[in-house]
Parts: sequence; structure tokens; C-alpha cells
Amino acid sequence: MSALTVEGLRKSFGGLEVLRGIDLDVAEHEVVCLIGASGSGKSTFLRCVNLLEPVDAGRIVVAGEEITGRGVDVNRVRRRIGIVFQAYNLFPHMSVIRNVTLAPTKALGLSRAEAEERGLELLRRFGLADKRDEYPDRLSGGQQQRVAIVRALAMRPDLMLLDEVTSALDPELVAEVLNVIRDLAEGGMTMVIATHEMAFARDIADRVCFLDDGVILEEAPPEEIFTRPREPRTRQFLQRITDAGRL
Amino acid sequence: MPEPEPTPLGSRRSRILGGTGDGGGRSTAIAIVSTVVFFGLVALLVRSSPGWPEVRESFFNADEFRDSWRDIVHAFGLNVRIFLIAEGLILVFALLLAVLRSVPGPVFFPVRLLVIAYTDLFRGIPTILVIYILGFGAPALQLSGVPTSPLFWGVVSLVLVYSAYVAEVYRAGIDSVHPSQAAAARSLGLSHPQALRHVILPQAVRRVVPPLLNDFIGLQKDTALVALIGPVEAFRQSQIEVAGSFNYTPYLVTALLFVLLTIPLARLTDWLIARGRRRELAAGGR
Repeated sequence: MSALTVEGLRKSFGGLEVLRGIDLDVAEHEVVCLIGASGSGKSTFLRCVNLLEPVDAGRIVVAGEEITGRGVDVNRVRRRIGIVFQAYNLFPHMSVIRNVTLAPTKALGLSRAEAEERGLELLRRFGLADKRDEYPDRLSGGQQQRVAIVRALAMRPDLMLLDEVTSALDPELVAEVLNVIRDLAEGGMTMVIATHEMAFARDIADRVCFLDDGVILEEAPPEEIFTRPREPRTRQFLQRITDAGRL
Repeated sequence: MPEPEPTPLGSRRSRILGGTGDGGGRSTAIAIVSTVVFFGLVALLVRSSPGWPEVRESFFNADEFRDSWRDIVHAFGLNVRIFLIAEGLILVFALLLAVLRSVPGPVFFPVRLLVIAYTDLFRGIPTILVIYILGFGAPALQLSGVPTSPLFWGVVSLVLVYSAYVAEVYRAGIDSVHPSQAAAARSLGLSHPQALRHVILPQAVRRVVPPLLNDFIGLQKDTALVALIGPVEAFRQSQIEVAGSFNYTPYLVTALLFVLLTIPLARLTDWLIARGRRRELAAGGR
């Protein structure tokens, strides 16, 4: 069974159609990277999969259950899908450990002790245990983003969506976040990753999808898409990235 | 990142005495001299006015002061009680209004409409009219179980009027929390009320504490309006004193009491605003 199946997903904002029919199938334990220019629809796509944006048309099926149907409990769906944002979006009025335990206690009904145990285990795994009582504004961008990933993982999601999670970071902090994602991939986490880090996508992805103007124009294993792109638009995009010294 | 520029607002120097930031001793001296000269001139002008002896006799009478201050201070206790009770109720009721106004979805349109109508109504009617209408109107209905005490209806009027203002302050706070915070909370599976309760409101309320205190300074003063329907609070008591002696000194005593009550709250508000600004500057320099 696929971890995620998307069929004919469409989404407009006002008169602007951002997603014009996306089809995507993600197997369990698969890592799919979405690449494409800004405005190609990567972020909107991820937000739709997490039901943060209502979709206009199409179906989204997560582990066999259609989540775009009527009467679906969005809160229950979101507990199974973790999303990490470009701007971290940590809760600034809460310590790291409260950030991580809030949803497990309130949405899953875990006891505080259980949630803290679960949270601390994750913080330790990603080298953040000593930050448990710090507030987000005392952390570096890289640390904040790692906490945001831990916060999502604390819900034990079946699927993780990462939305350009390194784009807001200073260059020297990118690696620590990418290492966390690599670690997750090795642990078998199913992930859909929107990214501008082509080298990373090439390294980690099982499959790379090139989004252009609201559709997946080309999808292929990384070696293939980065060395022998079929579509002229893909070639053009990768050429621009190469010229910028980012590949 | 460059360190944030030190600004007059961000510095710890008193903004009452300081101003330029450098040469502190000299600016303080200038401030003191200019203050003494200014108020000296004002005092001279007042005292040289033709009516001064009479005004001094009827407003600054030491004997009257001695005779009246005890009773007025006693009556002022009622102002403080009205203020404290009304404030507690307003904080809760206004928050409820603000939350109801932010409930999403077309189903709740009538709820939002009702809250908007409420705030429009009670921000529009002068407080004094609300007090008169409720204070005389509600008891006149002669419904069993409805209190007839003017004090009760005075407090209700203040709560109704000020909740309309404070609800708007809360709403501004809620709106000031970036939507990405709600998105982050909802993405973790929290329901809308949970996101509001644990993520949005704590941040919103923290931001609006200074404007809230500002509204409460207004409320402290408006407790005197309750006197118009009967209860003997400080203003009413001073009117009684004046009626007995035809001397206006008791009014001045009452004014003094209100100022004394207001100053600590005003300084606390200033301090909270300055602290908030310092924190924002510190966070911005990160």
C-alpha cells in the first residue's frame, strides 16, 4: 500500500491556479524530493497534503484512507502527518520541551511524563537534550529547525513533509539540519521534501519530482534527472542552479 | 548581525529627565532648572490673578481639607471596590467576546455579527447614558430576581462599556500573532480551541498588557460616574461635603485621590511598554 497517493490535485488562490493537477504516489519508506523554482507550487502542495489549505479538486489518500473526503476529522489526519516549515514556527512563549510535548499531551492525550520521556528521547537523539529548558529565541536557526523537526516527530507521524527547511538558515547551519533528515531517511521515515539543496536531494532522494507551473513535469531517480533530464524546462532549471554554483 | 543601535527609548535612562542620551548630568540640571522656572511662572501668574484670594479660600482651604478628607477617603473605598470587581469581570467577558469574534467558519457568522453589533453599540453610547438607562431602567422593570441596587447596575454598565473596548484590544492582540503560529499548532493535530488556548492567546495577551492597563486607568476614573445614580462614592461624598460648607476643597481632595490611584498604574504601563520595546530590540538584533 502506498503511504501517500495524490490524484489530480488542484488549488487556486483567487484567480491564480497554483496547482494544476498533481499526481504523485509515494511508497512506504520512500523519500521523494520536490524541486522547482519559487512559485512552482511546492509549498502549496505540501500544505494541501496536510489539509492546511483546502483543496479545490482531486484526491489525497494517506495509508489507504482518503483524507479529502467529506466529514474527515482533520485533526486526526494531521496527527499522522508531520510538517516542518521554512521559518521553524516554534512557539516562542514555550520552552523547547513544552514545544515538543504540547501536541502529544493535548492531541494524543499522553500524560505529561510520557510526553516528556518521548520528547527527551528525541532531543537526545538529535543532540538537543541540553536545550530542553531554553526558549526558542535563545537558539540558533539550526537548533530551532531541529527542535521543529523533533516537535513533529514527537507525534510519531507515518509521513513527514519538509517545506524548504534549510532555506532560512545561515549557510554554516544547513548541514546540521540536513544530517537530521538523513538520519530520518536511514530510519525508514517516509518523507516528501521540498528543497533547493540539489546536492542533498541527489544524495537522499529515492525519486526527484520537478514541479513547473503547478504540475509535476518530470519525475525520475536522482541520478537520471540530474544527469539526463528529459524535459527542456527541467534542463533549463538545473542549468540555472548549476550556473549559480549550487549543484 | 550588527548590534541594534541604542535608542533613547531602548536605553535605561529616565525618559522624564533624560532625552539626549549623552551629557546626562548637564541635561538633568537643565531639566530641573527649566522645570522650576516653568512652574514658578505658572504659580506667579495664578497668584497674581485678580480672583486668586477667593479661589484659594474656596478650593485650597486647610480647615475644609481637615474636616472632609476622612469621609472622602472612606467613600473612595467604594470606588476601589467598583474598580476591582468591574476589572475582573471585564477581563473575562472581553476575552470571551474577542474569542467569539475570531471563531472561523460561515456557520458562526451570526455569532460574529452579534459581537460586532455589541462592540459598536457600547463603544458608541456615552458611558453616562448607559449608567442612567440601566440604573433607572432595569430596576423599573420590576422583574423578580433582577437586582434593583443602583450600585449593581452601575457596575454592570461599566462592565458592558469597557468590555467593548477591551475586547477590541484583545482582538488586536490575537490578530498580531502571525498566522504561521496557528498553522504550526493545527499541523500538529491541535483543534482550533486548543490552538487558541495554548498557542495564540498566551502570545496575544502578553502583547496587549500595556493597552489593557491604559483602558483600566480610564475605568478607575469612570467609577465616579456611578455616583450619578445614587451610590455614595468619593465624588458623591465630596458633593455632600460641598453642599454643607459651600467650599470646593473636597473636590480637590477627591481629584488628588484619583491621581494617587492612577499614578502607580500609569508608571507600570510605561515600564511594561519600555520593557517590551527593549525585548523587541534585543530579538531584532539576533
